[in-house]
Amino acid sequence: MLGALIIVFREVLEAGLIIGIVLAATRGAPGRGNWIAAGVLAGVAGAAIMALFAEAIADAFEGAGQELLNAAVLGAAVVMLMWHNAWMARHGRELAAEMTAVGTAVTTGERPMTALAVVVGLAVLREGSEVVLFLYGVVATGTSASALLIGGMLGLAAGAAFTALTYYGLISIPARHIFAVTTVLIALLAAGMAAQAVQFLDAAGMIHVLGQRLWDSSGWLPQDGVAGRLLHTLVGYTDRPTELQLVAYLGTLAAMAVLSWLLGRPIAPVRERTALR
Amino acid sequence: MEVETGNMMHAVVLAIALAALGVASVPARAQEFNLVIRNHKFEPEEIRVPAGKRVSIYVSNEDATPEEFDSAALKVEKIIPGKSKGLVRIGPLDPGRYEFMGEFHADTAKGVVVAE
Repeated sequence: MLGALIIVFREVLEAGLIIGIVLAATRGAPGRGNWIAAGVLAGVAGAAIMALFAEAIADAFEGAGQELLNAAVLGAAVVMLMWHNAWMARHGRELAAEMTAVGTAVTTGERPMTALAVVVGLAVLREGSEVVLFLYGVVATGTSASALLIGGMLGLAAGAAFTALTYYGLISIPARHIFAVTTVLIALLAAGMAAQAVQFLDAAGMIHVLGQRLWDSSGWLPQDGVAGRLLHTLVGYTDRPTELQLVAYLGTLAAMAVLSWLLGRPIAPVRERTALR
Repeated sequence: MEVETGNMMHAVVLAIALAALGVASVPARAQEFNLVIRNHKFEPEEIRVPAGKRVSIYVSNEDATPEEFDSAALKVEKIIPGKSKGLVRIGPLDPGRYEFMGEFHADTAKGVVVAE
């Protein structure tokens, strides 16, 4: 039971942090609950399918199928997060102004909810498939289903509580600053995912450059410790990064900064503002 | 393009350029090792590999249940379904000890890669 609790909690926590940030970033968007719920459900369904075909996936591409799938999932999430931040660069100021004025942002156009729903779905997919496989293994070894169920539910509840904590922590930030904060968090999230993705490509044998380890900080902040895990999910902390991981990390941050700068320049602020009314 | 031999900067720039192109430049001929998972334990529990080289470890899971080969030190997370084999690519490693575990049975499934 304890094993189930810990593993489920760990995976739910990782997906939950991402969901918490997405919820905060979409504060005030109409219909966001449905979008995010759809993302979670699609992720759960995808996780079950991925677990079902685990063997076929592992065997694909000369034994590198799992790594390539992970890299693809992470890569897709990075693109979606970039899309979100690019959109926010263009519309974030109006949103924040509306939030400050009326408490919710209801009038400012369509927000890229699809992008963030996809991010949620992919996060749940990645973490969820591990949970499904683990729980299947426990059932197969004959642990009583009730102990498993209790452990799993407790893990889920603890993970969900953490998601809520993340969300409420973030939305306690004053309305005029919240989108600035979530934009930075999303950029760091994306950079961390990009660094993970290149490591999967390396493990798949697709990339053979810049594999040298840059430093080893596992002595004082181990990646598999509690703080290390949180930082790993949130900002992509890695205790033994390779050169390529750092390049991917900084490259993603730079690309997002340039994109935001390009789109954030006031092209025709007057016209945009009147068009909204 | 003039490349001074032994010049780190040029090597790094070149490597970044290759990475940017997504070119799998060096055909890796990795040395192969075998590892078995039986009764949620690794056999052998210690593998000695050459330092500074790419290494392939074929992990054969003889249990009916899936296992996750997990190691922050080796930067590997790989699910090996029950009754099947998985390929874990690691390295190049600095000399030292690198612990790994089966995440789904972390209390029994433990091992270490020793690079020398």
